[in-house]
Amino acid sequence: MTEKTVRVGFSGDSKELKINPPDTSPPAWDLDSKLAVVGTNVPRVDGPDKVTGRAKYTYDINLPGMLYGRILRSPHAAAIVKSVDTAAAMKMPGVKALVFAFDESKIGEKKLRYAGDEILAIAADSPERADDAVRAVKIEYDPQPFVVDLDDAMKADAPIVNDGKSNVRGKNPRGDAAAVDAKLAGSSKKIEATFRTQVQTHSALETHGLVVAPDGDGIKVWASTQGVFSVRDGLSSNLGLKAEQVRVISTFVGGGFGAKFGPGVEGVLCTKLARQANAPVKLMLTRKEEHLAVGNRPNSLQKVKLGADSTGKLTAISATTFGTGGVGGGAGCTIPAIYNLNRDATYKAESDVFTNAGSSAAMRAPGHPQGIFAMEQSMDMLAYELGLDPLEFRMLNDDNPVRRAQFNLGAKEIGWPNRPKVAGGGKADGPLKRGMGVAGTLWYAGGGKDAKADVEIGKGGEVTVYQGAQDIGTGFKTVLAILVAEELGLKPEDITVRAADSRFPYGPGSGGSTTTPTVAPAVHAAAYAAKRKLFEALATTWQVKPDDISAKDGKVFVASDPSKSLPFKKACAALTADKVTGSADREANYDGYRGNTAGCQFAEVEVDTETGVVRVLRVVAVQDAGRIINKLCSESQISGGVIQGLSYALFEDRIMDKSAGKMVNANFMEYKIAGPKDCPEIKSIVLDVANGRNSVGAMGLGEAPVIPTAAAIANAIYNAIGVRIFELPMTPDKIIAALARKEGAKTA
Amino acid sequence: MSSLPVFDYVNATSPAEAMGQLGAGWSEAALYAGGVDLLDLMKERLYEPKKLVNIKTAPSLKYIKVENGEVRIGPLVTLAEIAAHPELQKSHPALARAAGKAATPQIRNLATIGGNLCQRPRCWYFRSEDFPCMRKGGEKCFAKEGENRYHAIFTEGEPCVIVHPSAAGVALVAFGAQLKIASSSGERTVDIEKFFVRPKDNVRRENVLGPKDLITEIVIPASAAGMASAYIKIREKQSYDWPLADVAVVAKLSGANVEACRIVLGSAAPVPHRATEAEEFLKGKPLNEENAARAGELAVKDASPLEQNAYKVPLFKTVVRRTLLALKETKAS
Ligand SMILES: Cc1cc2nc3c(=O)[nH]c(=O)nc-3n(C[C@H](O)[C@H](O)[C@H](O)COP(=O)(O)OP(=O)(O)OC[C@H]3O[C@@H](n4cnc5c(N)ncnc54)[C@H](O)[C@@H]3O)c2cc1C
Repeated sequence: MTEKTVRVGFSGDSKELKINPPDTSPPAWDLDSKLAVVGTNVPRVDGPDKVTGRAKYTYDINLPGMLYGRILRSPHAAAIVKSVDTAAAMKMPGVKALVFAFDESKIGEKKLRYAGDEILAIAADSPERADDAVRAVKIEYDPQPFVVDLDDAMKADAPIVNDGKSNVRGKNPRGDAAAVDAKLAGSSKKIEATFRTQVQTHSALETHGLVVAPDGDGIKVWASTQGVFSVRDGLSSNLGLKAEQVRVISTFVGGGFGAKFGPGVEGVLCTKLARQANAPVKLMLTRKEEHLAVGNRPNSLQKVKLGADSTGKLTAISATTFGTGGVGGGAGCTIPAIYNLNRDATYKAESDVFTNAGSSAAMRAPGHPQGIFAMEQSMDMLAYELGLDPLEFRMLNDDNPVRRAQFNLGAKEIGWPNRPKVAGGGKADGPLKRGMGVAGTLWYAGGGKDAKADVEIGKGGEVTVYQGAQDIGTGFKTVLAILVAEELGLKPEDITVRAADSRFPYGPGSGGSTTTPTVAPAVHAAAYAAKRKLFEALATTWQVKPDDISAKDGKVFVASDPSKSLPFKKACAALTADKVTGSADREANYDGYRGNTAGCQFAEVEVDTETGVVRVLRVVAVQDAGRIINKLCSESQISGGVIQGLSYALFEDRIMDKSAGKMVNANFMEYKIAGPKDCPEIKSIVLDVANGRNSVGAMGLGEAPVIPTAAAIANAIYNAIGVRIFELPMTPDKIIAALARKEGAKTA
Repeated sequence: MSSLPVFDYVNATSPAEAMGQLGAGWSEAALYAGGVDLLDLMKERLYEPKKLVNIKTAPSLKYIKVENGEVRIGPLVTLAEIAAHPELQKSHPALARAAGKAATPQIRNLATIGGNLCQRPRCWYFRSEDFPCMRKGGEKCFAKEGENRYHAIFTEGEPCVIVHPSAAGVALVAFGAQLKIASSSGERTVDIEKFFVRPKDNVRRENVLGPKDLITEIVIPASAAGMASAYIKIREKQSYDWPLADVAVVAKLSGANVEACRIVLGSAAPVPHRATEAEEFLKGKPLNEENAARAGELAVKDASPLEQNAYKVPLFKTVVRRTLLALKETKAS
């Protein structure tokens, strides 16, 4: 190891850093690096395949002799399975296999805990026959008391969902409640409010599912997944197979948003069906199953107190939150430490509440959109209390140079000075009123050590990158091509990308926005290693040292000797072997510029004060993600986050009938998701920050852009109509009711 | 919703052939027009007819004819065709708009006006096999005490609180349309208001059709020619969404005054709901902001909303007022 110096940060704030990377690492890219491809606009390498339909998703895999799997699920919110009679189903034409989702010997005592809980699965030779067979299974249920509503589940006499004494499971509170309350009491202004957010389901366009084919003594699996390797490991451990006996392929994935890690119950069932029938089985969930059983973002009930002194500096925050992730936990609300508040000024108590509904799963920035909805509205309320511009108030309390720069960029882009200065006081176009709001955010995602990569250079100049991780729509494959192209002085289209296959070098699951930051340095290093091998071969031919050789603009050359220059393809002919491979492991992170990324969003809305309909006119989203590798895909990622955030703000809602314990809108008709006409004009601004931490310096971008949208829209609604909406989704019924309360208060 | 049950399939090339294929019970055969509603119901296993009788192969059921002010529409005309019909857009804008604001472009290309009038309600309890509701032969209406934000506000005496889903129906009631209905035993003409039935009269069906009936024509009488009309739909989502509230108004204006009008509220009741008191009030009065607002109030006077849909009451006040005032802009030419 030799110590090197790099400059990190961005134009508004930078510093020098001493680093000690392994000697095999390529020279680290820093703030001063001039890169040819990285950071430019590169169209997705698989874009043409996707828009022409050539791309084969798991749904599109069809094999000779393939069967179709279907799962039988609990129709009850809580019930004991008293008996199961599968005789009639098994006799139906085309039915080939049946497996239980639980230990069959437990029939008679097995408790189903939500409507949608898995009972068994059947494979038949057509989807219709599988459906009919599932309907022909006779089950005797003993229905049990249940509770599906957050508030009801918290009551003392509520039916107990899981084993235990109570449905409420509190985590150890953080901070000193009494000390924080004292600080709040001593504040010159404080606010106190209760916020609620709804359950959101992931609703990826491609549902969960797999095709599993017996393959020798192992299996070959096509999966719609965020974790090629976690599906491999999950299935091999479940079936007692070796990892090498399970091959998982996931070339195209129609979205995941956090709910597609591991094989899932459906994956295990599908594999068992395939092994029982000794035939390939396709098992794709229906939209209804998707809403009921494979994950959701928990709802929340958040009680927040926030105070400031007379100069507008925050004094303390107290947050007590509850949420239900159904039969699962994970309902914490992250109220992230965006603003300058010390630990001793922060009190936070979180509880999970169990209900008889499908379990939550990680969903795009778990906890954050909920927490920010409460936190950033609280900030807004306090700003108005203090008589301060909500943006100025944030700036007063935010030391992060990146977010400060972003607030300024965003304010300029949206035209912040043009907003109504008094909430509800804007110029009205008949019943239509406009307003603007802002919200900030932070995210982490520096990536970790879990990745390897191979880059191969062939004698004919073909370059191929191998990396096993999946591209769930983020543009990861394009990232691989860009990194290799940069290092070899080529164009992304010169690189063949082989990804999303467990036979390729190990890569992480796509969670926590870490795929790119984890994998990029390994790919960079592998490309560098392959390049070194090419240079070594050329050095012999050219009688120079490998260090004298460079690759740029499609050429390989010796800078000091213009006679020694070849187009890349021709240079590769110097290789003595058919091909050379550079292999690399991900280096450990070293110190960087910052451990987190920053972001903020501004929204402009128009509210029809008579109908309560909210239209979001514009969103300006400013985000950093360390070094930006592909500007185009980064901007798309941000737009996607904004659209999903808007959809969360205004439409999406898993609605449960309390008395039946079942979801009433388990479809795409009544589970409403923003469509094209609901989308605002979106301005995505990526702030490129050379973050250091590894030879690439990229941070994650998958999750952060979804976080602040709902809060920014809520603040904009308040600015427009002078009424605050404390509950998501912010639908016309709530707006009409809130406006009527304000009218009532005025006339009373 | 998953896959379709098993069924037989026939193409009918004429109305007579279609009627010949129908049976005495609903489970025997179903007319298959665009299939938008029918196939959804079948996939959810709410309806499993043994046979589908495709009528898209009967060309004589697809036409729009305007003669001497009378409009005759074949039941196979799609919502997209009505929305884009240049003459209807001018002469009967409320109908063209109602058709054009329904559903999505793809669906409007398939959905026929006949099927639109006969589609089953969108109540989420009715639509899910998980809920054995009254309309499906069960014991109770889940919506009454349950999740009812999108349900009816005119609920007095009704055992079931669906809203009728047809946008075309709202406009056609405002125009006083008539439906020609044929069966193997003959043809009859039914006033569209009498076509729709309330739950208190029959909780299992939304209209008077029997299993052997076929709508052969929709007629808008010449008396509606020259009237002004307007239709406004308010929805949560703008891309496609069912209405929270929609209103059609057809009025005979003389100068600034309303000589006569029909005001029909959609998504308000189990049938397209006429606001007769508001209609009466406006007779002979000038069409201005104040009278329109008063009409809006009268239109919801008898509403008895459910726990979650009281917001619809002020909403309909607004939509009725706005639709009346929109008449000024959309006066028939
Ligand atoms: C996403 C979505 C959004 C929608 N939004 C709206 C909306 O906003 N407003 C709205 O009004 N609708 C909306 N719809 C409903 C849609 O307009 C209707 O489903 C469609 O019009 C039905 O027409 P069809 O030709 O497909 O009927 P089919 O599905 O073929 O038939 C429906 C029923 O009518 C019967 N039938 C058909 N033709 C005749 C006839 N001539 N005589 C007797 N019986 C007949 C059939 O037997 C069947 O029972 C929406 C649908 C979807 C899927």
